[in-house]
Amino acid sequence: MWQWFFRLGSPKWFYELSGRWLPWLVVAMTVLLTIGIVWALLFVPQDYQQGDTIRIMYVHVPVASISLACFPLMAVAGVITLVWKMKLADMVAKCAAPIGAWFTAVALATGAIWGQPIWGTWWAWDARLTSMLIQFFLLIGVIALRSAIESPDAAARACALLSVVGAINVPIIKYSVEWWNTLHQPASSFSMAEDSPFGPEIWVPLVIMICAVYLFFVISLILSTRTEILIRERRSQWVVDLVAADKTQGA
Amino acid sequence: MFENLAFSSVTEFLQMGKYTFHVWSVYGLFAVFLTVNLYLPRAAHRQFIREQKRRALRAAQSGQPVEADEGRSDANGGE
Repeated sequence: MWQWFFRLGSPKWFYELSGRWLPWLVVAMTVLLTIGIVWALLFVPQDYQQGDTIRIMYVHVPVASISLACFPLMAVAGVITLVWKMKLADMVAKCAAPIGAWFTAVALATGAIWGQPIWGTWWAWDARLTSMLIQFFLLIGVIALRSAIESPDAAARACALLSVVGAINVPIIKYSVEWWNTLHQPASSFSMAEDSPFGPEIWVPLVIMICAVYLFFVISLILSTRTEILIRERRSQWVVDLVAADKTQGA
Repeated sequence: MFENLAFSSVTEFLQMGKYTFHVWSVYGLFAVFLTVNLYLPRAAHRQFIREQKRRALRAAQSGQPVEADEGRSDANGGE
């Protein structure tokens, strides 16, 4: 078990393994994304109250829910960095922060566009919206902290610590709609019944989109981490060999 | 399958009821978001390989070892 854990920490091993997995992940994402978007745009029935804005849900909900995965991921990577000083964990944490900031920003923007016709306002200082905005600033804070500290080891430790602290915001975002009486609606409960307002014809495409956007998060994280690995390991023989063996572009 | 379509014409589909701007701007933003986050890391990867090749070539010409690559900043490398 431990041997496996430490092997996972080897950047070279991760680089090779992720290289083999990437094409399959991209195929799965493309298929799910195509099905999900076609279903959401063409086949989901108009909502009796919201009309066609229901289609915004198929982008907003997946992006917003996956943005919540970012801080826990960075916090776990941070603990691994602090305890075992595993280089790969810090590379993943470093790459996750900008991706998480993108996810949070897109969740906020699509939420605002959806809120305008439904609530009559682009923005409200509601608990869910405000806690998401805090998550965005925390992610910007993590990115800024890393670029402000000269020593990579000190930057890794500081960011690890901030990620662990920042992860506290995640349950606040998640339960904000239950703890406070917010403008933002609480999570809807799925129903198998055909006649339910949230029946399978509504939630099946949503589940497909959530899976597709999850895959997208994983793929973009793997892509950035692979580049980060090459940059940090550029002096090791395997990277020198890899660059030398690359035939795709001239020097 | 097509009897379940939510729209009866292409115009109706493009109009999205009275929410043309709202629906299409969200999907447009989503498309930009996907493209940027898949393109940027790939571009950074390609640039790294290009730079290292150039460096290796320079090193080979001047007889210096490849390891002499001081000066490249790690900042923003992840993007």
